Parts: sequence; C-alpha cells; structure tokens
Amino acid sequence: MNETVKMSTKDTFLSNFNLLDFSFDEDFSKDIRSAAKNTIEGLEFPTSKVEYWKYTRINKIIKRDYSISAPENEVEIDLSVPSKNCIVLINGFYSEELSFFESEVGVTFSSLSEAKKNSSFLKEKFNSLVKKDEIFAQINSAYHQDGAFMHVEKNVQAEEPYYILNFVDDSNILSNPRNFVFVEQGANAKVVLKTINTANAGSFTNMVSELFIEKNAHFEINKIQNEADDSFQIATEQVVQADDSTFKINTFTLNGAIVRNNLNIDSLGKNTMTYLNGLYPLKGKQHVDNHTYLLHREPNGESHELYKGILGDSSTGVFNGKVFVHREAQKTNAFQSNANIVMTDSATINSKPELEIYADDVKCSHGSTTGQLDEEALFYLRARGLSKDSARAVLLNAFASDVIEQIGVESVKEEIEQYIDDNYQGIK
Amino acid sequence: MIKIKNLHASIEGTEILRGINLEVKAGEIHAIMGPNGSGKSTLASVLAGRDEYEVTEGFVDFLGNDLLDMEPEDRSRDGLFLAFQYPVEIPGVSNINFLKTAINEAREKRGEEPMAAKDFLKRVKEKSKLVELDGRLANRSLNEGFSGGEKKRNEIFQMAMLDPKLSVLDETDSGLDIDALRVVANGVNQLKTKDNASIVITHYQRLLDYIVPDFVHVLYQGRIVKTGPKELALELEEKGYDWIIKDLEEVSA
Repeated sequence: MNETVKMSTKDTFLSNFNLLDFSFDEDFSKDIRSAAKNTIEGLEFPTSKVEYWKYTRINKIIKRDYSISAPENEVEIDLSVPSKNCIVLINGFYSEELSFFESEVGVTFSSLSEAKKNSSFLKEKFNSLVKKDEIFAQINSAYHQDGAFMHVEKNVQAEEPYYILNFVDDSNILSNPRNFVFVEQGANAKVVLKTINTANAGSFTNMVSELFIEKNAHFEINKIQNEADDSFQIATEQVVQADDSTFKINTFTLNGAIVRNNLNIDSLGKNTMTYLNGLYPLKGKQHVDNHTYLLHREPNGESHELYKGILGDSSTGVFNGKVFVHREAQKTNAFQSNANIVMTDSATINSKPELEIYADDVKCSHGSTTGQLDEEALFYLRARGLSKDSARAVLLNAFASDVIEQIGVESVKEEIEQYIDDNYQGIK
Repeated sequence: MIKIKNLHASIEGTEILRGINLEVKAGEIHAIMGPNGSGKSTLASVLAGRDEYEVTEGFVDFLGNDLLDMEPEDRSRDGLFLAFQYPVEIPGVSNINFLKTAINEAREKRGEEPMAAKDFLKRVKEKSKLVELDGRLANRSLNEGFSGGEKKRNEIFQMAMLDPKLSVLDETDSGLDIDALRVVANGVNQLKTKDNASIVITHYQRLLDYIVPDFVHVLYQGRIVKTGPKELALELEEKGYDWIIKDLEEVSA
C-alpha cells in the first residue's frame, strides 16, 4: 500500500520531464541520461527516516506541480557583474542573447551543451563523480537542460572572476542546471555562481556541479543562493582535488523556502588545501541544510571548514559536516567549525560536526557553538550612539566577518555585507 | 547640564539607588566616591540607559530633556558619554569604522552632513595622540586583545572623538598602573572646557590627584550622604569611609 503511494509521487514528479526532448544531445550524454533513468527506477525519494535527510523534509518539494520552460517574454534582469565573462541560464536553459564572453587565452568558458560537442575531457569524465544512490543528482543527470562549462589550461592564471548566473523568471519552474569545471595543472581561476529568483512563486532548482582540480591548481567558487521566499533548491557539488592543489568554496544561502546543499569532496590528493566556508543568514520560515563530506585519502592534506548561521524569525538551519581521515592520510590537519546566532525563540539550528579518524598522526578539531547576540556588546555600541538596528548589523557583520573575509571577489564581499545590513532590522 | 532628582533604581527587585540628588553644571567636575556596593556603577549604568535596571522613582533632566525616557543611543547623540568600567571586546568590529558610524549617526540626527573622510582621519590622528593610543590599536578590532590600560585609553580616545557634553567615567582608574592613570587623566583634563562637564566615579582618591574635582560626593547605600570640596577626597583616603557612616548612624539614632 505504502509502496504504491510512494511510487506514484516519484512518477508524478518525473512526469514533469515528459515534454523534454533531448534528441539534439550528443550520444555519450544520451547514454548517460538513459543510464540515470534506469538508476532512478531503483531509487526512492528520501524520507526523514534516512539519516542523511533527517532534518530536511522534501515532501513539499516533490509534490508541487512544475513546468519546464524558457520564458516567453523578454526578461528584465540585472546583468551588471564585474566581469567580461558571464554565462546566463534562464529557467535552466542557456541564454545565448544574455551571456557574454571575452576570450582569454587558455580559458574555455561556454555552455555545457557547446562543450559536449568539443571537449574530450568532458566526454571522458562527465557524470563520473555523481553518486549512484542520490536520486536528485541522478535526476539532474537524466534531465539536465544546460549549464556552464569551464576549462582552464595548464598554468593559466585567469584574470577576473567568471560568472555563472542562473535566473528563474517564472512561477513553478523546475530547472536542472548542470556545471562542469576542469582546472588543469598549475592553473588558477575564480568563479561566482549565483541563483537568482526574480519570480516570487514556487520553483525548484536542482543543480549539480562536477569540479576537477588538477595538480597544483588553485580554484575558488563563490556560490550565492538567492531563491524566492517560496522556492526550493538542492545543490550538489562533487569535487576531486589532485596533489598540491587548493580548492575553496564559499556558500552563501540568502533566500529560499528549503535549500539543501550536498558538498562532497571524495578524493583528496597529497598535500592538498581545502577551504569550505558557508554563511546562512536566515529569516522568515527559511530552511537551510548544509551537508558536507570531505575525505582525506592521502597524507599532508589540510582542510578548514567554517560555517556560520544567523537565524532570524522562525527559520531553521541544519549543519552536518563530516570529515573522514583515512588511515593512509597521515599528517592531516583538519579543522571544522560551525557557529550560530539564534535571534529569536522560534528559530532552530541542528548542528552535527563529525570527525572520523583512522590515521594516528593527525591534527584535527571540530566544534559547534550556538548563542544569542551579545547583549553587553549591543549596549556598548548603543551607548556610543549607534541605533539598535545598526548596532545589530555591526555585530552580525562582525560575526560573519571571518567567513566574508574568505571571499576572493570584492563585489561579492560587499554584496553579502550589504545583505546583512539590510535584513536584520527590527528583529526583537 | 544634568539634574538628578530623587532617583531610585533597582535590579531584579533589589533597590540599589535610594534617592540620588545631584546637579552638575557646565565647566564642573564632580567626583563620586564610596565603598563597594554603594551604587556607584549602578548610577552610571542608569544614566547611560542600561535596561537591566528599573527606575522606580525620580527624574533626570539632561540639557532640558527627560533623560530616562531616551534610548541609550539618543542619550549618546545628545552628548552623554559613559566610559565603561569593563569595556567590551568586540572581535570583527573595527575601532575606527564603528566610531565613524557613531559620529555620523549623531550628525545625521542633528541634521548635519557626514564628516568628510579627511577630517575624520585628522581627528583620529589628533585624538589618539592625546591618549598616547598606538595608531595600530585604533585600526584593530574594538578592544580585542587590548591590555587593561589600552582598553581604558581607548575609552578616553572614543570620548575625545565623540566630544560629549557630559562624561561619566565609571572607575576608569581601577586596575591602571600609575603611568596609564596619568595618560588617562591627562586626556580627560585636556578635553575639559567651560562648556562640558564630567562625573568621575572612583573607588580611590589617587585619580583625583590628577583630575581635580570641584565637588566630591560620598555615595553610601544608594544615597549621597556627604558632599564637600576636593579636600574631602583626601580625608576619605586618610580615614576611610567609616567615620562618615558612623556620623550617619549617630544622626539617625
């Protein structure tokens, strides 16, 4: 009985994709799509009984009716980014009109569909990192429309940040953006990946990104999630880091009814440096869940994980960070921290930092703190003439500052600080 | 400047201030002394607007306004400054940026333009010299990792930057060595004009060797029980508070 109900939810959800036509796609990609469809047949949507999804119920996400369509009318969106390279997706579809490029030697930056025709590395590696038991990632593999592709060649130092903007411009849009990043040996690049919802009703963005960071390469990605109040996002990043490489991801979740991030670094080479930072300044009834997994497989790796939350109104935050140190991974330094400020009595945080260590010569620590805004500090600032609202904004920005300092793109830094200044006025 | 009339205040149901009467005029320095637990710091907190304290009776007029009816930030913007006994460390908040915000919010309230960056920096340079505050401290996070003396000097530096009409120094001298004390007192003295005033709360007479008060008040059990000229401080240093308490008991007996 139960089984049939569940099946029908899945089938109903999948029927959203019936009208999509992928006949244009490359053969290797079509094969991946059909394999993923087969995999999905054997999977179910997770319930809160599954540990991995314990604090995030997805019923609301999968039971809504969606449409998959490029906008019919002209869209009005803000494309003022401090970059000469910007890929724009609207409702999951690549927009050739709105995207702009200025070619830089040694950097290929294009839509994913374009790259499927040209990149041999993509053909070889596409979908190789996606987990077989993750239904949302598999759905993306089967039904992704388009996305961004970036290839930075050996020893190339990309000058400015490359932008990927995912706009959702209609109501009840289901989109499956798919990104692929390949940074070759010794290369260096930064990316800003933003989801912006300009329509204010019930969409679902299910995004997957695969990132390959080769030997001694440096890569930074700033992910900004600004969904609508009533929209959902599940974002999965699968990262592979080769020896001596540095990878940094900064995740800023600003809005969305339910946002879930699955960040997985399954393979770390020797002497790697990894930074996982996150900031979730929440309000309203937002629910934001950050799951991270980091596997130190080889010796001399170092990882720094810092996630911070500001929980206003009746918002809910979830942090589950797992660091796994393999017995071969001697001399690993792994630091993990999650700190939260709970602004009201009705806000909630579930924090679970986890360390699993099998090597004996490592330096690892993890910690989680949750508290309220420091009343004494608030009074001190007010006694010097700051209004209650600006004193609060100053303290919240100070709390968030060590995450914000990690951002390597100045305009993103300013945007996040401004967001905090503007969004915590008048909370009791 | 300020008129305090029959001020009563309590915290969690315990009455601490039990009828304070005090008037401070422009150009004056008043010292408030008294044994531990007499209510000195409570008086400073109530004047600055700390909301743990409940004012149960009385009235405070500050420059013609009902002080007790004002938010802490409005008291500050109108020219009241409290130098904290225990300045708070606030990591991540830059000393300078916070002062710029404070000054400009006060100017905005008075209908003035924000201070030009050049003028602001000039003032920072000038005022940090006044309290011998290392330029690097001015640029660091607010009080973070400062020594006790640096924190107190930073309080006086902020006072100099904000240019208040009435300063309340809450045990600014406690825990300071003599050199730091001199620097702090020197700062306060240099900031004194005929148009501003100070209330100096202290446990020790030592500070009053450097900041010479016009009046000395003795606070005991939430009331001002004795007022005298600056020599009263010396007498207290020599004889302690017991003789005043004894006098009081004889009067009430």
